[in-house]
Amino acid sequence: MEMEGGSSSGSAGGTQTHRRFSPVRSRAFYKFTQQNLPACKPVLTPGWVIMTFLIVGIVFVPVGLVCLHASESVVEIMDRYDVECIPEPYRSNKIAYIKDSSISKNCTRMIKVQKHMKAPIYIYYELDNYYQNHRRYVKSRSDKQLLYGLKYKDTSSCKPEETSNGLPIVPCGLIAWSLFNDSYAFVRGSGEMSVNRKNIAWKSDREHKFGKHVKPFNFQNGTLIGGGKLDPSIPLSDQEDLIVWMRTAALPTFRKLYGIIEEDIDADEIITVHLFNNYNTYSFGGKKKIVLTTSNWLGGKNGFLGMAYIATGTFFILISVLFALIHVKNPRPHGDPTYWSWNRKSNAS
Amino acid sequence: MPRTGRIREKLRWSKIYTFSCIRHPESINADAGPSLSLSLSLSLPLPGPGHSRIVRCNQPRAHKRKPLDYPTNYISTTKYNIVTFLPKAIFEQFRRVANLYFLLAACLSVTSISPFSPVSMIAPLAFVVGLSMAKEALEDWRRFVQDMKVNLRKALVHKGNGRFSNKFWHKIRVGDVVRVEKNQFFPADLLLLSSGYEDGICYVETMNLDGETNLKVKRSLEVTLPFEDDRSFKDFTATIRCEDPNPSLYTFAGNLEHERQVYALDPSQVLLRDSKLRNTSYIYGVVIFTGHDTKVMQNATESPSKRSRVEKKMDRIIYILFTVLVLVSLISSLGFAVKTKLEMPSWWYLQPQRGDNSHLYSPSTPGLSGIFHLVTALILYGYLIPISLYVSIEVVKVLQAMFINQDLQMYDEETGNPAQARTSNLNEELGQVDTILSDKTGTLTCNQMDFLKCSIAGFPYGLSSSEVEIAAAKQIASEESGGSVQNGGGIDYWENGGSGFGSSPEIELEGGITCKIEKPRKPMIRGFSFEDDRLMQGNWMSEPNPGTILLFFRILAVCHTAIPELDEETGGFTYEAESPDEGAFLVAAREFGFEFCRRTQTSVFVRERYPSSAEPIEREFKILNLLEFNSKRKRMSVVIRDENGQLLLLCKGADSIIFDRLSKNGRMYEADTSKHLNEYGEAGLRTLALAYRKLEESEYSAWNTEFLKAKTALGPDREAQLEQAADMIEKELVLVGATAVEDKLQKGVPQCIDKLAQAGLKIWVLTGDKMETAVNIGFACSLLRQGMKQIRLSPMNKELITQDANKAVKEDIQKQITNASQMIKLETDPHAAFALIIDGKALTYALEEDMKHQFLSLAVDCASVICCRVSPKQKALVTRLVKEGTGKVTLAIGDGANDVGMIQEADIGVGISGVEGMQAVMASDFSISQFRYLERLLVVHGHWCYKRIAQMICYFFYKNIAFGLTLFYFEAYTGFSGQSVYDDWYMILFNVLLTSLPVISLGVFEQDVSSEVCLQFPALYQQGAKNLFFDWYRIIGWMANGLYSSLMIFFLNIGIFFTQAFLRGGQTADMAAIGTTMFTCIICAVNMQIALTMSHFTWIQIVLVWGSIATWYLFLLAYGESSPLVSGDAFRLLVEALAPAPIFWAVTLLVAAACNLPYLIHISYQRLYNPMDHHVIQEIKYYKKDVEDQIMWTRERSKARWATKIGFTARVDAKIRQLKGKLHSKVSSLSGQTVVATPPPDVL
Repeated sequence: MEMEGGSSSGSAGGTQTHRRFSPVRSRAFYKFTQQNLPACKPVLTPGWVIMTFLIVGIVFVPVGLVCLHASESVVEIMDRYDVECIPEPYRSNKIAYIKDSSISKNCTRMIKVQKHMKAPIYIYYELDNYYQNHRRYVKSRSDKQLLYGLKYKDTSSCKPEETSNGLPIVPCGLIAWSLFNDSYAFVRGSGEMSVNRKNIAWKSDREHKFGKHVKPFNFQNGTLIGGGKLDPSIPLSDQEDLIVWMRTAALPTFRKLYGIIEEDIDADEIITVHLFNNYNTYSFGGKKKIVLTTSNWLGGKNGFLGMAYIATGTFFILISVLFALIHVKNPRPHGDPTYWSWNRKSNAS
Repeated sequence: MPRTGRIREKLRWSKIYTFSCIRHPESINADAGPSLSLSLSLSLPLPGPGHSRIVRCNQPRAHKRKPLDYPTNYISTTKYNIVTFLPKAIFEQFRRVANLYFLLAACLSVTSISPFSPVSMIAPLAFVVGLSMAKEALEDWRRFVQDMKVNLRKALVHKGNGRFSNKFWHKIRVGDVVRVEKNQFFPADLLLLSSGYEDGICYVETMNLDGETNLKVKRSLEVTLPFEDDRSFKDFTATIRCEDPNPSLYTFAGNLEHERQVYALDPSQVLLRDSKLRNTSYIYGVVIFTGHDTKVMQNATESPSKRSRVEKKMDRIIYILFTVLVLVSLISSLGFAVKTKLEMPSWWYLQPQRGDNSHLYSPSTPGLSGIFHLVTALILYGYLIPISLYVSIEVVKVLQAMFINQDLQMYDEETGNPAQARTSNLNEELGQVDTILSDKTGTLTCNQMDFLKCSIAGFPYGLSSSEVEIAAAKQIASEESGGSVQNGGGIDYWENGGSGFGSSPEIELEGGITCKIEKPRKPMIRGFSFEDDRLMQGNWMSEPNPGTILLFFRILAVCHTAIPELDEETGGFTYEAESPDEGAFLVAAREFGFEFCRRTQTSVFVRERYPSSAEPIEREFKILNLLEFNSKRKRMSVVIRDENGQLLLLCKGADSIIFDRLSKNGRMYEADTSKHLNEYGEAGLRTLALAYRKLEESEYSAWNTEFLKAKTALGPDREAQLEQAADMIEKELVLVGATAVEDKLQKGVPQCIDKLAQAGLKIWVLTGDKMETAVNIGFACSLLRQGMKQIRLSPMNKELITQDANKAVKEDIQKQITNASQMIKLETDPHAAFALIIDGKALTYALEEDMKHQFLSLAVDCASVICCRVSPKQKALVTRLVKEGTGKVTLAIGDGANDVGMIQEADIGVGISGVEGMQAVMASDFSISQFRYLERLLVVHGHWCYKRIAQMICYFFYKNIAFGLTLFYFEAYTGFSGQSVYDDWYMILFNVLLTSLPVISLGVFEQDVSSEVCLQFPALYQQGAKNLFFDWYRIIGWMANGLYSSLMIFFLNIGIFFTQAFLRGGQTADMAAIGTTMFTCIICAVNMQIALTMSHFTWIQIVLVWGSIATWYLFLLAYGESSPLVSGDAFRLLVEALAPAPIFWAVTLLVAAACNLPYLIHISYQRLYNPMDHHVIQEIKYYKKDVEDQIMWTRERSKARWATKIGFTARVDAKIRQLKGKLHSKVSSLSGQTVVATPPPDVL
């Protein structure tokens, strides 16, 4: 008879999944599996909505005002010199002028300071229509070579400026090759102002990304001369112009830090800038500007942030008022069953 | 112990039965003599093409070599094996357009065309594809395990020398002789050799194959009868030549060659795999077809891979995004070509004249460069296509499936079966179901009959109420008592079938019967729920008509084909009956004191117990003739001679049939009985009428000769002759009474159907059973009710033997459909409900190409549709018709192999993992162990999953648009050169790590309302069925939101970081700084957005949303600390540049706020002035109004349902309307009198 018994249970056992399904007793896990975890279920009540919009607005507007004020307090002087610095005779053919290395590129600009400028005063050069963010340009560098110099041989990423005369270039790549090389000197009534050109690059770049023992090699020796040359005796980590330049800008219009003037300039003072207008922006019609500006906790002068905050904040407040008005005029009682679709439908019919 | 099965007295059923055991002429002749059969064998259908199979019985060795090397009995339903997994699964993965695109992008990423480094393209792809493949492998493994469970079942197989021993199913070979015991499944397709009955008959339950609940009789050839015990197989050999494997369940052609004689075989000798041996102690059989050759496996079609509507729509969105991608890329490459041609020559710093042979940036060939750039751009803007969408959805669905599997409220304690999401692809489809197509037996009913009530001599007996009555009574009680039902009662509503009504234990039912609703009917006797002391313990003797009652009981005890079986333990009898009804009658008779205890070849013995004597009296009833039941006759009778020599014809059958055959003076109780029958029908009970007739000796013998003549007649019209003969005697009957048997519904089925109907779902019942049975169940489930107009479609009864019979029938059906449609159109009463009941025959015509749409539109107009006597194929066809005709989501639910077609055809197939075989479950997408779990599966899980997935996909598109488009804007500033403003690593992490987990948590944990509320407000389900959360309006809204966000993120950043210094030290922002800030803004904005999208925060969501933002900063910190050669410009970016700069933090805050502004306004506005249903519920819950104002809550709960015409709620409503109508007419007639306008409490 063992078959009888075996068969009845066997047929039952065989046909169904006798997976022993043991309900887990652990409370937390139980709640988890039963999708019953304690939960916070916020509901957007009119009060919440109005308050949220209002609070955001109330926070944003003052922040915007503060930012705007910070931006307004910055004194910024800009002088475009790319046209003015070309002697009259060459103005019809600026490219020929700039490419002709025999002509001196000396130029003098007078800048009138309108407001008192407090040290430190930052000197920038500003270029536009200059695509430092072009993919061909951005990719044309070798971080390893910048750090290890000639020890790092593979410079394929620097195309098309990886070798010259059969020898590798240090630093290779288009970015370095097109280094900006106008230079500025500032004179005020009392005499020449000292321009601090140290510490203009990011500290981490100086210390970790550009080799302390890597010196320029075979740089700007090719048939095509791009931008500035580098002193082959100074290691890359000290060539701060290059380091600044190598941080490619995101937009075709950009400023880069040139140096810092460590003394105040009074209002109405006139600064004379002696500059060498070496860099070719004439081929592509880019402007060149020199910018003197103070700085504060927010950085340079740009009212956009403040305005954006104020605009957004105002908008939030307006919405909040709008909701409040609608709510007062035509409140919907919350949790009112008449708003259910089944109730609405029966009302309609 | 080979002989144990034959304890029971041997019976030769073939002598008792009249209809079923008709022997085919060939085999009759074969019995007549071997010589004759030999000569006949020549005229047998010769094995032609398709009939090449040769089986050497009892010589399994012969089948180990070619050409008889047939496949083993091993079955496998897996998609892959170890070898094919990798190639096949990879192929599957890259059939998705998006994945293929990313594969191409990854291939191109090793060239210089790509804007990104190879690793940033390959890593996410590998991750995503790897994850999907792992899931695929897991699911296939599960399938494998299930297969192995079947393969490792054991069966008794002849090992040689007359010894049988256990063997795994998968080791069984063609030619093996197998012994199958009672209630076991056949391991393969077998040829029946002999059985526990002397004449080689056995009973087979084929529910798994065709869904029919009646047992089928199979009989062996006469020649194999001697092989009736283990030893006799020692030297048994034979050869079977038969048809090749084919899927037809009802045909079989072949012959058996035994000792040089050839015998023809027909389907009645073949036992199919997955059917079950019943009522027969054992059988011996030879394996003909094994494994995938078996008929049932031949029928199994590869389960189609189903995709949900949401996913299909998602594909369309992806195509839209691809279009956008191509468009943007075209703009970009055009811009690039123009810039390269016109401006690049003057950009000396790029050394334009020194092209590097690749023509990538060559001003001289701008066209070529432009084309190269198109490829670059296509890769660059690839972030518009969410690569991780598929994999995230898959992860989410697996987790959702896990929750479904783990749900204890869908866990069946009795069988230990949890609900199972077998494929997780369709979770959200569960929330959009429109039509449910349900099987009946095993799904709605347990296939167990309970004797509940009876009407004898015009008196109704039986106090217990059917489940339908209980459910309806509860409904009324709850509507009356208003708020007394406790909040959250939705659950115990289920649990205590009849209890839970402590406050109102007695509910008056119509007809003055008091129905006690207490803890479910006392300790149950299986098959007997009758409660009425008037008939029990012999009390019937003091009833008005004891003689009629006695006759009633005797009919129950004698008129059947069952066999009693002594239960050794209790000493009582259990019965093995052909149908469960019959079993219930015998149990009832036993309980009334008429115990059927023995059957011999000629007699039935009944132990009758009377209160007057302590010992039961055993009476013998000689069975002279047995006219058994079939679906055409709808009645069965026996002719008996009782101990007094009185000849009696006892008959039971469908009431309509019996009433037609009553004699003039036999109609005494007709009026009362038919009134009771109506009541029983309304209560969802199966009814039969009982009648008898006294026969005169002469009359009988005249008839008997006629009958014997018919019985022994040869030729095709033998059956017709028999029927005619039976007709002659089955008339002039005297009505005794009627029985009402409850086809026991599965637990909670009426409630579940009611809720589903309230949720706006349509329910169709497709059953292989008879029309009457199906209609009864329709009543029991409240799919039908009194007052519903029933449209019955069935072909004309006339047997037209003309050749255009088909045409005539078809025209007839066509006419019926047209008439019915017309009738519905003309109906003006808004509450009128129609029910369509269609027969399988009629369905074959209705499903024909030219008629099916007309049929469908009629069916859709009807509140409920019941299709009876449908074949498995028709089930599938009906399902397809509904699916394709209405374009809505269909769900098919069933438990047997006959439902497989429908389960596979429907958008969602649900299998009941009950007691029966596994075919339905194997083919299904979800399996549950009880029909009632369907409610929770759909209304809770479906609703949640739909909303989760819909919101998740919308959000995914939003975030990728918001991110991807910033890349495009930036291009405009780089001369369209294909430079990205973000570091490669940021982009890898964006989809994989930084934004994926919160959205997964949204997809897994979001709950708009709790599960209790989902169940209490079934109308919420329509949000999914109407697709409110994934319509184009919403999708485009989200995309617009993404567009807006991308604009905000990019231009605010550009404006703010413009050219000025952003650090105290005077340094200006470079590309890395702006890119990183912009990316920070994106991370904050999209994570804030998802927080706004969620309405349900557990600690998990909070951790994941904040964690994602924190991860970004941590990553930036860690990345900045890594070697400058790895991080490049991002080296110490956060520490040195961004974190000290207030502007960085200011921008993040501003952008995050600005990006979410429109969405915030939108949801605030919507909530305040145009709330959706779930919003109102959330508010009520939030203010705890449901606790404070319970009356409102209960009232609303009862209102929150879809206008429905089915379910017992609708039934109660209809009843109330009817009573109100009556009341109104009363009021108008009795004007002047004050009348209370509320309906009386005792409705129903």
